[in-house]
Amino acid sequence: MTDLTKLTLADARDGLLAKKFSAVELTQAFLAAIEAANPHLNAFVLPTPDHALAQARESDARLASGTARPLEGLPLGHKDLFCTKGIRTTACSRILDEFTPTYESTVGQNLWDAGAVMLGKLNNDEFAMGSSNETSCFGPVVSPWRRMRNGHRDNAKLVPGGSSGGSSAAVSANLCLAATATDTGGSIRQPAAITGTVGIKPTYGRCSRWGIVAFASSLDQAGPIAKTVRDAAILLGQMASHDPKDSTSVDAAVPDYSAAVGQSVKGLRVGIPKEYRVDGMSAEADQLWARGIEWLKAAGATIHDISLPHTKYALPAYYIVAPAECSSNLARYDGVRYGLRMPGKDLIETYENTRAAGFGKEVRRRVLIGTYVLSAGYYDAYYLKAQKVRTLIKRDFDEAWKTVDVVLTPTTPSPAFAQGEKSGDPVAMYLEDIFTVTANMAGLPGISVPAGLSSEGTPLGLQLIAKPFDEATLFRAGQVIEDAAGRFPLPERWWA
Amino acid sequence: MQVDEATVKRIARLARIKITEDEAKGLEAEISGILNWVEQLDEVDVGGVEPMTRVVPIKLKMRDDVVTDGEIADDVTRNAPLSDEHFYVVPKVVE
Repeated sequence: MTDLTKLTLADARDGLLAKKFSAVELTQAFLAAIEAANPHLNAFVLPTPDHALAQARESDARLASGTARPLEGLPLGHKDLFCTKGIRTTACSRILDEFTPTYESTVGQNLWDAGAVMLGKLNNDEFAMGSSNETSCFGPVVSPWRRMRNGHRDNAKLVPGGSSGGSSAAVSANLCLAATATDTGGSIRQPAAITGTVGIKPTYGRCSRWGIVAFASSLDQAGPIAKTVRDAAILLGQMASHDPKDSTSVDAAVPDYSAAVGQSVKGLRVGIPKEYRVDGMSAEADQLWARGIEWLKAAGATIHDISLPHTKYALPAYYIVAPAECSSNLARYDGVRYGLRMPGKDLIETYENTRAAGFGKEVRRRVLIGTYVLSAGYYDAYYLKAQKVRTLIKRDFDEAWKTVDVVLTPTTPSPAFAQGEKSGDPVAMYLEDIFTVTANMAGLPGISVPAGLSSEGTPLGLQLIAKPFDEATLFRAGQVIEDAAGRFPLPERWWA
Repeated sequence: MQVDEATVKRIARLARIKITEDEAKGLEAEISGILNWVEQLDEVDVGGVEPMTRVVPIKLKMRDDVVTDGEIADDVTRNAPLSDEHFYVVPKVVE
């Protein structure tokens, strides 16, 4: 029998409908893969086998009775930032302790209503703050990829990116068909790029934020990490919805994204922003970018040089807006209503002790910066100014959309790095998001598609950014890159 | 922008996070480093630019001012570290 875990989501769906295997068999294959891999990769913080098998049995009944839903019986991983009813949800922070929501996130509910099976909760950077999945209170996730050094595989533990590092590692290691993820400054696209997977952050407002642990509310969006562009299109179509419970969720019909996959890009105008050619970008990322241009050109797209002059200010502005919003959002963790509590002599000391024990270093750093930039006398100089810079970044894109339909850039300046290599220097870590953060600041949809391997044999991705609510164009152009570059399955399962 | 140790302690107090003397020293350097880095925004002329408050121009939705949820005190207090008959229990606040 073929290894079911290596199937794409689309192929697994076809296989279930054709009764080549059952949802229970498919789920069991993934549960066995998780059991073997998780001690090495730490991708799941809470596997939920009983829950998964119960869902799979219901799926098999529906498949048998001809009442299958769009994602019937398809096993997914679920980032631990999404609240799950009756199942522990931690955002990978000690401060949430054994928090067990009494409600389900809207995105999660949409997936389960469509018949998907949840295999478990996936690791992430604490409160989604990080680019390497090294800040989780459950310990770092190890990438299933290993790099080549001097002609052979190096044993250094590589990072899977972050903050959705459990999602990217689990998908590339075939521990689930696909996974949910969230993206505030690049947390879907950067991990996807460095693990050879596809990740899309939709337009702000496309997916409901209700029931997702909040980090920076004006930037957070949910999206999928998947093995192929088609799989990502299928999943986003089910995750997206209008939700009265999220006032920023947009009341617009969800298009059939999978219909866009495979459509021609003839005449599509592709913009190449000169400002993304930054210092410190690896030569191979640059070469890959050039190859991406050739692939799209060969498929009939036209290439146009454009300028997005405020690009370099996106990251510093992000590191004002995101910490400011996080310091407000994380004020709710007070040791009173849920989560960890460390008693003190009075209420204030209880707050202080709880938050000192509950927040990790990076979260504490961001809460303090956010508190500082919002404190009396500094609001105008920092937060207001950063919000004005955001307007300028968005205007750059508005100007670009007059001449192009989509923008092509590398997703990251360089391939995966090893654990510990960047964790000592916050600004060096922040630079991981230099190409992805502009889409969050402007609210635009962005996709990362695997495009090649570095000289170390590890994946690199290309990013496409489109107009608001034009995810269909991302899937259409993304498929052209996938067709030209091929897919990048993991070369070896070294933990088996 | 350089922050000093006293400022670090002040913002930690505002953020309700207890920090030790050693931690305050480390944070002084880290926070100053990040604030120096974001200072490059001073190069940008934002004169006459409106701050971005919404990424897509949608109007906030209104709904009827009626109760849509409630009577779930069990659910609301279920995760509390310490509660008593649907009340949160905290150290004495008022003498």
